[in-house]
Amino acid sequence: MNLNTQLFEGRLIYLGPINRDQDAEVEARWTLDSDYLHMLGFDLVRPLSPARVKKQYDEIEKDMDEKRNQYYFSIRRMGNEEDGKQDQLLGFARLTRIGWTHGTGTISLGIGDAAERGKGYGTEALHLMLHYAFRELNLFRLSASIPGYNQAALKMFEKAGFHEEARQREAYHLAGKRWDGIYMGLLSEEWSNQHGS
Amino acid sequence: MAANRQKTRSIFVGELVHLVSPNPETDAGLFARWMQDSEFVRLMDTDPASLLSVAKHKQWLKKDLLEEDRKDGLFFLVRTLQEEKSIGFIGLDGIRWVHGEAWVGVGLGERAYWGQGYGTDAMRVLQRYAFDGLNLHRLSLTVFEYNPRAIRSYEKAGFIREGRARKFLHRDGKRFDMIFMGILREEWERREGHGEDS
Repeated sequence: MNLNTQLFEGRLIYLGPINRDQDAEVEARWTLDSDYLHMLGFDLVRPLSPARVKKQYDEIEKDMDEKRNQYYFSIRRMGNEEDGKQDQLLGFARLTRIGWTHGTGTISLGIGDAAERGKGYGTEALHLMLHYAFRELNLFRLSASIPGYNQAALKMFEKAGFHEEARQREAYHLAGKRWDGIYMGLLSEEWSNQHGS
Repeated sequence: MAANRQKTRSIFVGELVHLVSPNPETDAGLFARWMQDSEFVRLMDTDPASLLSVAKHKQWLKKDLLEEDRKDGLFFLVRTLQEEKSIGFIGLDGIRWVHGEAWVGVGLGERAYWGQGYGTDAMRVLQRYAFDGLNLHRLSLTVFEYNPRAIRSYEKAGFIREGRARKFLHRDGKRFDMIFMGILREEWERREGHGEDS
């Protein structure tokens, strides 16, 4: 990858901005899936109306504008004109809690529709985000906080090179069972060594 | 007939300190002064040390910390029992009520009170409040590896090390780890001899 490479374009998916009106309808539907909300590790889990989702978008964009410590992307399908799925909203990818003086940030992402998971979209979005974080934002390291019951996310982040750094015992309580919170970290130099870029 | 009588002491009161609500009108000056101590700030906060006016501190206390609608945080001023002197703050943040977990943050701005058990006592009050008052299941905290005094204090209060975020802090041209610690309700109960007659 070099300066000519498009930061936001993958092969299967691309990273895009928020499309307030259209995306809110889709995301509101995703919140009907409690599994999705639990996988993201949210506290109070509840279905959201499109109006509520729009309010969240507004707060995110205001934050990005004023605090400059967060970057939010939609994940969209590359698609083609034939299958009519071009630009379809698949999920979100986000860098938060950026501490510029330490060069740190937290990464999270999700693919909203269960039927679209396991197809490599998340992995590709993660790859784009890591390149963006380390090569454009010049962060020194990234963190990820994942509930212990989210095996798919743990595997995906491990494959991308993240290491388990801390285990927050019994931080989650779901369906009568307690789970650890897994805190993972990836240093920029570790990522460079893996990718030689 | 004292044998089975429950202690009636308020949950906000410890042995050396008690917890009170900060008053933005009168306490903003305290916070502004404490934050001028860069050593204190760099031991306590990941945010880079900076200097804000008393007015800004008042605004911050009113808006961020004490806002009525805020349901995921509880913030206290730490005051000594003997002299009623305000020596620092302690609080819960990122409270996740469904999962029963919260982050603890503490800072003693008054240097004269460091290393004498005041911080540990404040932490024990907060633990009792969190576990017995709020029915939380676990408390989490992070502490910087270059702050051994705080690490010792937390270990004395029963917190257990759970890992470290490698090279998380960049200060003075060097990189330092940030240590994660946690305590579970049953661990705290065992330490406090809970369930036994007081």
